[in-house]
Amino acid sequence: MPDTILVVVEQREGKLNRVSWETIAAGQAIAAATGWTLEAAVVGGSASTFAAEVAAKKLAKVYAVESPKLEPYTPDAFAAALKQFLTAKQPRLVLMPHTYQVRDFVPKLATAMGRAVISDCIGFKHENGKLLFTRQMFQGKFAADVSFTSAAPWFATFQNGSFRGDKAEAGASPAPIETVNVEIADIVIRNKPQEVFKEAKQAVDLTQAEIIVSVGRGIKEQKNIEMAKQLADALGGELAASRPICDSGWLPMDRQIGSSGQTVAPKLYLALGISGAIQHIVGMKGSRTIIAVNKDSEAPIFEIADFAIVGNLFDIVPPLTEEVTKAKAGSQT
Amino acid sequence: MKILVCMKQVPQKDAPLKLNEASSWIREDVSYEVNEPDAFALEESLRQKEKHGGEVVVITSGPARSQQVLREALAKGADRAIHLEDNAFVGLDAFNTAKAFAAAIKDEKFDLIFTGLQSDDYGYAQTGVILAELLGWPHATIIMQIEKTDGGIKVKRELEAGFFQFVDMPLPAVLTIQSGINKLRYATLIGIKQAKNKPIRKVALAEVQSAIGENLQKIERLYVPQKTKKTEHIEGSPAEIAKKLVDKLRNELRVL
Ligand SMILES: Cc1cc2nc3c(=O)[nH]c(=O)nc-3n(C[C@H](O)[C@H](O)[C@H](O)COP(=O)(O)OP(=O)(O)OC[C@H]3O[C@@H](n4cnc5c(N)ncnc54)[C@H](O)[C@@H]3O)c2cc1C
Ligand SMILES: Cc1cc2nc3c(=O)[nH]c(=O)nc-3n(C[C@H](O)[C@H](O)[C@H](O)COP(=O)(O)OP(=O)(O)OC[C@H]3O[C@@H](n4cnc5c(N)ncnc54)[C@H](O)[C@@H]3O)c2cc1C
Repeated sequence: MPDTILVVVEQREGKLNRVSWETIAAGQAIAAATGWTLEAAVVGGSASTFAAEVAAKKLAKVYAVESPKLEPYTPDAFAAALKQFLTAKQPRLVLMPHTYQVRDFVPKLATAMGRAVISDCIGFKHENGKLLFTRQMFQGKFAADVSFTSAAPWFATFQNGSFRGDKAEAGASPAPIETVNVEIADIVIRNKPQEVFKEAKQAVDLTQAEIIVSVGRGIKEQKNIEMAKQLADALGGELAASRPICDSGWLPMDRQIGSSGQTVAPKLYLALGISGAIQHIVGMKGSRTIIAVNKDSEAPIFEIADFAIVGNLFDIVPPLTEEVTKAKAGSQT
Repeated sequence: MKILVCMKQVPQKDAPLKLNEASSWIREDVSYEVNEPDAFALEESLRQKEKHGGEVVVITSGPARSQQVLREALAKGADRAIHLEDNAFVGLDAFNTAKAFAAAIKDEKFDLIFTGLQSDDYGYAQTGVILAELLGWPHATIIMQIEKTDGGIKVKRELEAGFFQFVDMPLPAVLTIQSGINKLRYATLIGIKQAKNKPIRKVALAEVQSAIGENLQKIERLYVPQKTKKTEHIEGSPAEIAKKLVDKLRNELRVL
């Protein structure tokens, strides 16, 4: 049997998670480089409903791995179902998106099979027949190429945005679909999840803002937020923040940008004292123009900035506010 | 409740990191601190102990320098510590790190094990979940709240994009803790003094060697990532920078 790559797509709350297309695109790229066969699996209570949508992509086969026990999601049931399925199928490589759900069950699944996960990858390399996975290290300051030293199956997860989902190739004809029913004993499932909910009503909708001034831990103290607010006001923009600022209660949660906050794409995103951790970047990288002020010339935020100002934000911001105010006053007369 | 907290020492957030000569790793002459979510995990364990009684034990694996995180934890109120002390421990992958922990605590009976949700240095985000599977315990990840219930615990999981979910689960269990779950305390002078008399059990490599095996994944090389975006640097005095920037905002970006 030829080597296969299996992409496990993610469905939640009755919808296919869009990041799944990125993982399929990643799988297609690895298949092209290695010559391995690419297949996909949908896992869930009613996985077959999604299988047809997935089967439209260029894949050799799509499996719908089903059991009523997979609804609602629990790590115990998902790991049990996939262990059964993978043990029977023995793919060489298993790919998944690095979502919260995957983080929750894939280390358990791999451990149960005595295997490893290279997590949160941003790319791959195929060098002299060897497959390497690239991942960020030290919060994006470095990258590393990592290889598997264990037997197959190998598990790798890809960070959101590493591949273009819209580049996932469609197949000439739909891939065949096979439904796989898995048995999961009741006692396997120990957690009892309740309904998913959203915490607070959003008071501000930052997604509509054209200009956002965002503060990070570089702002140092709560009282300094005012300085950033003045700049935001001068620009006619909204104030936002990285997670630690909201965790500390310096700004309300609904002003948090990032994977656990809001995703924004303003005309201008001005990042003050934000290092540029990936969980922040996923929430703002779609901004048309990004200006970053950071005292560390190697801060990862500069990787995605259009304009970089290396310096102390406390020196930079006040004159900038003043200059903006002057310019605005000037343009009105 | 008897709680074990896994605490890792990582390079300080603001520390400038440099590649070593072989480009295989960073130069080790940096300052270190405790991995941020692990500090929140410790705080949560202390709060649970204050509410329900019990014991808080902290564990780390790493060279001699990593004892510092244990000392700090003891000063904040942890009762005792376990140190898997050897240079070899830092090179273990998450699978083997978890195996070493499992071996080191085989004679203990914890109700809960807390880890951070991921490390600030490598960010594998796996050690806690792997440990749970090795122990045969249930787990829940990215936890923002923990309440004791009659049959076990009720935890609040953070999901993406501002969503949450409560999960009921039995004990013993492993939880991976998210930063921001609580407000951190500072060590008091009395705490620091008392910490000196609290026990740290040292575990040598030989003691757990039979439990660990070869790494299942290998870091082949470390490097500075290639920049893909063209970035324009704006330089000068703060006043000059302000002028240049306003000029761009107005004439290039047209947002003023
Ligand atoms: C599952 C998960 C979800 C997460 N979700 C989010 C999220 O939604 N949003 C989010 O933002 N984060 C999120 N995080 C946290 C994220 O990983 C980072 O820890 C966080 O974004 C860091 O915030 P920061 O950049 O403000 O702080 P730091 O990383 O501490 O950076 C502070 C920066 O300020 C600079 N600085 C300091 N002083 C000055 C000065 N005087 N002048 C100029 N610059 C200065 C420093 O050089 C540094 O780069 C999440 C993490 C995880 C694991
Ligand atoms: C020079 C060098 C070479 C290395 N080479 C490799 C390699 O080739 N392959 C490889 O896989 N790994 C290698 N590592 C180690 C690896 O980078 C990680 O330490 C390991 O994989 C664990 O991942 P993590 O720290 O990202 O854990 P995560 O899973 O992100 O950590 C989650 C939580 O687990 C707990 N935890 C994890 N580690 C510890 C610890 N040591 N002490 C206490 N608590 C802990 C903490 O609570 C932490 O918040 C190397 C390390 C060094 C220094």
